[in-house]
Amino acid sequence: MRKSEKSKAGMIFFGIVIILYILIFFLNSAKTLNALKIAFDILLKILPIFALVFLLMIITNYLLTPKKMAKYISKEAGKKRWFFAIILGIISTGPIYAWFPMLNDIQKQGRNNGFIAAFLYNRAVKPALLPLMIYYFGIKFVIILTIVMIILSVVQGLIIEKITEPIEVRT
Amino acid sequence: MNKQRLKKALLISGKSFYRSLPILIGVILLIGLFKSFVSIEAIAKLFQGIPLIDSVIGASLGSIMAGNPITSYILGGELLHQGISLIAVTAFLVSWVTVGIVQLPAEAMLLGKKFAITRNIFSFLFSIIAAMLTVFIMGVI
Repeated sequence: MRKSEKSKAGMIFFGIVIILYILIFFLNSAKTLNALKIAFDILLKILPIFALVFLLMIITNYLLTPKKMAKYISKEAGKKRWFFAIILGIISTGPIYAWFPMLNDIQKQGRNNGFIAAFLYNRAVKPALLPLMIYYFGIKFVIILTIVMIILSVVQGLIIEKITEPIEVRT
Repeated sequence: MNKQRLKKALLISGKSFYRSLPILIGVILLIGLFKSFVSIEAIAKLFQGIPLIDSVIGASLGSIMAGNPITSYILGGELLHQGISLIAVTAFLVSWVTVGIVQLPAEAMLLGKKFAITRNIFSFLFSIIAAMLTVFIMGVI
């Protein structure tokens, strides 16, 4: 999808959501207003995350050239890319969609789909939330699930890479 | 610090972020609608009492629901108390953070349709596998 098409598609999507709100408002105005309030609260909560993502996007675009990118996170980086995907996925904060613009920038550099998939999967592992998870489900469960998730993130990255990236033809 | 390079990085990042804004705000509005219209009681009623089927139901619910993982822990804890199996609750917890039906349009627009659909399908399947593996290992250790 070209940049202008992507921008247009984004506006169309936003328009559809607004129309949906207007239609649902006529069916149940109280719940629709409550939905609007919930959305506004979410937006307020994740504004700092957006700021962080924007800052990281600037740093990424400043520091990472396609050559450097290939060295660390593209297919050419080998096993190293999984290590970076796991670490970056775990330390990243905020909702998944807040990271899409930055991942879009990374994807433009090419051959990074495996890394992106593993990064997104590892976002499920959040050290700051572990105490709460332990409180609800116990430490044994949390440790096992965390290890299982990290291993599966690499498996998923490899599968996504195979499916979504063109096969290299050696001449 | 190279000023020219920084200016270029700022411009690229600014444009990229600006283009993503309508999509991100649209997703947030959809999450608001979902949270406002679906209650916890209605969710608990969906489970059947068969672990394997419940894990698919759990993964499906986690896929369509969105929000902070803390909400999924609270909800998962509640479901466990109501007698829902650990496999189902684990699948629910994992898919909550790895699968995103609400944000699928945003993911498809920003990362590509093929990537977004493939990633979400595999994340869904992996949430059930992760749940089974976790509960199995817990039983063994």
